[in-house]
Amino acid sequence: METEKLIDALSTDLPPAQAGQVPRGIVGVAVAGGLVALALVIWWLGLRTDLMDAMHGPMLWIKATYAAVLALGGYLALERLSRPAGTGRVGVLLAGAILLVLLAAGTLQLMATVPGARMDLWMGNSAQRCPVYILLLALPILAGTLLTLRRFAPTRLAMAGGAAGLFAGGVAATAYGLHCPETSVAFVATWYSLGVALSTGLGAVLGPWVLRWR
Amino acid sequence: MFLDVEPRLKALMLRAQAGDGPAWREVLTVLNARLTLYFTRRLGADHVSEVEDLVQETLLAVHRRRMTYDVTQPFTAWAYAIGRYKLIDFWRRRGVRRHVPLDDVAETLWVDAEPSGEINTDLDRLLGGLPARQEQLVRGVRIEGLSLAEAGERLGMTEGAAKVSLHRALKALMAKVAPRGD
Repeated sequence: METEKLIDALSTDLPPAQAGQVPRGIVGVAVAGGLVALALVIWWLGLRTDLMDAMHGPMLWIKATYAAVLALGGYLALERLSRPAGTGRVGVLLAGAILLVLLAAGTLQLMATVPGARMDLWMGNSAQRCPVYILLLALPILAGTLLTLRRFAPTRLAMAGGAAGLFAGGVAATAYGLHCPETSVAFVATWYSLGVALSTGLGAVLGPWVLRWR
Repeated sequence: MFLDVEPRLKALMLRAQAGDGPAWREVLTVLNARLTLYFTRRLGADHVSEVEDLVQETLLAVHRRRMTYDVTQPFTAWAYAIGRYKLIDFWRRRGVRRHVPLDDVAETLWVDAEPSGEINTDLDRLLGGLPARQEQLVRGVRIEGLSLAEAGERLGMTEGAAKVSLHRALKALMAKVAPRGD
C-alpha cells in the first residue's frame, strides 16, 4: 500500500529532531525585530533628548517594564501556540494581568490629580501619535514573527496571530519608550496599550490567512 | 487493555525524536490506522476515496513538524490536533464551511480504540467465541492498531500466518453477526 511505502521512506535514516527549535526561532525574531525597531527609533523618530536624565527617574523604567512584560506574555503564548494543541493561556493571562495593573495605577493617578489638569495628564502631547508609531514599529516584527510561525505547526491560527501581534507590539513599545517623552502612568496605560492592542488585533486578523500551513 | 496508548506512543515518540527510525515507523503505523478510522468517519461516504491522500498528507505533516512536539505535553493530544487541523484544511480547500467539533473526550482520534461499558461487553462476548490466538490477533490489529507483523510477532507467528489466521477470524465473526435466515 502507498501509505506503508511512505512510512518506510519517512522512518529510514531518521535524523534526530532538533529540540528547542520553537523557542530559538521566536527569540531570533525578537532579537532581529528589536534591533530593527531600535534602529527605526534612533534614525527615524529620534531618541528623546532628555534620555540621560530620564534614566534616573522611574517613568522610563515603568514604560520599559510594562512593554517588556507585554512582549514576554506574547512570547510565552507564542511558544505554546506554535505547537499543535497549544493554548497559550499563561502568556495571555500575564499580559492581561499587567494591563490591569497599569490601568488601575493610571486611574489612581488621574483621581489624585486636580480635575482641571486631568485631561493634559491623560493625553500628554502625543496621544494621537503614540499608538500609530507603536503599530508602525511593530509591523516588521509582526511580519517576521508570522513568517517564523509558518515553519511550526499552529492549529489555532487567529489566536497564534494575535499572540504574534502582542509579541511584536510589546517589543515595538519597548523600543518606542526611548523616543517617547511622556511622563504619566495614565498616558502609558492608555496609549501604549492601544498601540499594542492594534498590533494584536492585526495579528489576529492576519493569522487565519497567513499562518495556514500544509 | 489498551488504555496505555499514551505512555506507549509517548515512549516511542521520545525514541523517535532521538533518531530511532524503527520507533518512528511504529508511531506512524499506529497513526495511520487511527487517522484512517478518524477521517473515514468524518469525511463521510462522498469522500471515502480521498481518505488515503489525507492520511498521507497528515503523516507527512507529522513528520516534517515533529520538532514542535514538546516532551512535557501528551503525545496523543499533539497528534490529534494535527489530524483535526488537516481535516479543517481539507474542508476549507473545498470551499466548504463545516464545523469540526473539538471533542474534549480524550481526543476522538484515540477514544474509539477504547469502547466502553456495554459495547465493550458485547465485544468481549463476540471475540470470546474465537480461539484464543485469533482473538488476540483481532484485538491487536483491528483495535489496538498494530501491524500484522507486530501482532503476529506477539504470538510467535509469521506475518503470512497472522494474515491467514486474521482472515479466518474475521470470517467467523461475520458469520456470527450476520442476520440468519437470508
